[in-house]
Amino acid sequence: MILKTFKLGGVHPPENKVSAGAAIQHLPLPDKLFVPLSQHLGTPAKAIVNRGDDVKTGQLIAKSVGFISANIHSPATGKVAKIDQIIDQTGYKRTAVFIDTQEDVWEEGIDTSPDIERTIKLSKEEIIQRINDMGVVGMGGATFPTHIKMMIPEGKQIQYLIINGVECEPYLTSDHILMMEKGEEILIGTSILMKALGVDKAMVGIEANKPDAIAHLTKLTEKFQGITVHALKVKYPQGGEKQLIKALTGREVPSGKLPLETGCVVDNVGTAYAVYEAVQKNKPLIQRVVTVTGNAARKHANFLVRVGTPIEYLIEHAGGMPADLGKLISGGPMMGKALVSPEAPITKGSSGLLLMPETEAKRAPIKNCIRCARCISACPMGLEPFLLAQLVPLDKWDDAEANRIMDCIECGSCHYICPSGRPLLDFIRLGKDKVGKIIRTRVKQ
Amino acid sequence: MNNLLTISGSPHIHTTDSVRKIMYSVIFAMIPAMLVSVYFFGLDAVRIIGVSVVACVAVEYLIQKYLLKGDVTINDGSAVITGVLLAFNVPANLPTWIIIIGAIFAIAIAKMAFGGLGKNPFNPALVGRVFLLISFPAQMTTWPIPKPLFAKSVTDALTGATPLGLLKDGHLANKTIDQIMSDPAMPDYIQQLVGFQTGSLGEMSAIALLIGAAYMFYKKVITWHIPVSYLLTALLFAAIFWLIDPTYYADPLFHLITGGMILGVFYMATDMVTSPMSAKGQIIFGIGCGLLTMIIRFWGSYPEGVSFAILIMNAFTPLINKSFKPKRFGV
Ligand code: SF4
Ligand code: SF4
Repeated sequence: MILKTFKLGGVHPPENKVSAGAAIQHLPLPDKLFVPLSQHLGTPAKAIVNRGDDVKTGQLIAKSVGFISANIHSPATGKVAKIDQIIDQTGYKRTAVFIDTQEDVWEEGIDTSPDIERTIKLSKEEIIQRINDMGVVGMGGATFPTHIKMMIPEGKQIQYLIINGVECEPYLTSDHILMMEKGEEILIGTSILMKALGVDKAMVGIEANKPDAIAHLTKLTEKFQGITVHALKVKYPQGGEKQLIKALTGREVPSGKLPLETGCVVDNVGTAYAVYEAVQKNKPLIQRVVTVTGNAARKHANFLVRVGTPIEYLIEHAGGMPADLGKLISGGPMMGKALVSPEAPITKGSSGLLLMPETEAKRAPIKNCIRCARCISACPMGLEPFLLAQLVPLDKWDDAEANRIMDCIECGSCHYICPSGRPLLDFIRLGKDKVGKIIRTRVKQ
Repeated sequence: MNNLLTISGSPHIHTTDSVRKIMYSVIFAMIPAMLVSVYFFGLDAVRIIGVSVVACVAVEYLIQKYLLKGDVTINDGSAVITGVLLAFNVPANLPTWIIIIGAIFAIAIAKMAFGGLGKNPFNPALVGRVFLLISFPAQMTTWPIPKPLFAKSVTDALTGATPLGLLKDGHLANKTIDQIMSDPAMPDYIQQLVGFQTGSLGEMSAIALLIGAAYMFYKKVITWHIPVSYLLTALLFAAIFWLIDPTYYADPLFHLITGGMILGVFYMATDMVTSPMSAKGQIIFGIGCGLLTMIIRFWGSYPEGVSFAILIMNAFTPLINKSFKPKRFGV
């Protein structure tokens, strides 16, 4: 069988999915949680609790502000110790609600039973409202508020819902294990999203390195209308929205446009599960599966943890802080973020923690570009990374824009493949920042 | 945890491939052709290749260490490649001092003056070769007749013209192509393929060069775009003229296996640094090389056109890079 994949570029980093076999393990609640008000793309939520307030698990504690924003709920029962700054995963100081936790008492109306709720009772509008209320955001890492994706502008027609079970980042296994353990819930969540979008076809894309998940979900889809499971050839960055749409439908998102233009909406399997919980169980997004792995990790695990749990708490439960820890990454090795401190809390978008030993932490020395063009062949967007990286230090912003720097999806394939170890994406990111600002001021004028 | 965490932008993992590995793959690929040259020219081949490599590496070392006072990067293997390629492009009886001059010119002028590896617009070995060709035309165009290591019959120190030289001289003497081809000095195609032809060190055996090229493909050091477009263009061009007048023009196969065609197509036109980067650009580059090579061979005053063709196209590389962008996503 010829497996589908996207055409342009792509790389094959070693998969290293060591934690693949590890069942989801519920971590006990830590004594303290730090719940950041900014866990999503867009405006931070506004706290509606005060110091000293008692909160219940699942109670709304911060409301979404403005169009692109998301609600935040208390991940535990306890007392609000304070609302203060904390260094979050971005390395910046951000506002968070500090909660001293106690035994769980769930907010009323939340169904905590393990039974699977199969009938979808809510209407299209109610579903979108519920997703909004429950603070569901994209769980693949981008953390874009999900309800906004569901609101299709007048005149646009959506044909496909695409469920992203690709998990193309090396090491990470949280989506994989979720598909194995919560497959049916994911498919119910998919049906809910289909109803909300008014589409009758959904495609689940999974890379061929997860045959068990492909088989499991394919079996389960027999009971569902309009959902098909597709095995994809392993290639990074297949989990990128544009690449996944291309792989499954052959359609290309036009440069500078949204995926909507191709008649597709893409949601992660984790998001589909969160939607199931929100709509069927009335449960807000307050916990998620986080992979803890990496060559410095003492144990490789997939933990189910509450949002706001300090990262060091997860590491302690994975055999403790390694003495040779050189780099701590939130997310995968290709797109993840190196953390300043292990005290930062888990957020809705944290898919994994990668513990790298000192030996892997440092980059190799940078050599001259030998113009080998490997960065071009690797780029899934058809860009010339070497050129962009040359233009940026020269402040050639017009040139950079003309060479489509804004199309870069920051997948890191170029820097990964460069035999000279050139930090191409570092330059490109800088350039995108600058060019983005220039474009915004131009639009305003 | 007492140590500080390293902070850097993504990605956090990198390929195990390196400039050094790429360069060593190229060197490895040239071994069969080197062995063939030693087989046919014995110690002379060893002398030329050895002197050329040592001189190239030494010049690079001296410049980096004493002139630039910066990092010495001679172990990346690129100077070795230039050395071998330069040796491949000269006759086996070239005096040692001339090789050294070629090496100095190739490395000091064509490479280091532009900023070293990756910054040179022209292929350094070719620049070295053309410099020698212009400065020492007599020595550079007197080729010893190959003398297989264990063969008895061939007399020592005989020199002769290359097949392309015979062709050009024949044309000048108004001979027909049949008369030229039946010249006793003209090797037949099998001899040419295996390496029994007069010529520069590395041009001897098409087969040895192709084995190395296959290895470079396998190692993904070169892609098909330049070699295929170069060869097809040259063959097509030769074929058209051969069909028009088979009494005057040599057949395309002759052009394919004589002279530096295979060497140039697979080892020099494909040089990453000096050839275009997008697939489309590489095809244009290959077509340009093919056309220029044949034009020079047919109507130029030099019998061989590969070196000049590639150098001329090197000059167009920046323009090609500007004009032929890779296929963009979503455009
Ligand atoms: S990071 Fe950007 S430029 Fe580099 S390969 Fe990915 S999309 Fe292309
Ligand atoms: S991969 Fe690195 S060395 Fe090769 S062209 Fe790109 S930047 Fe230059």
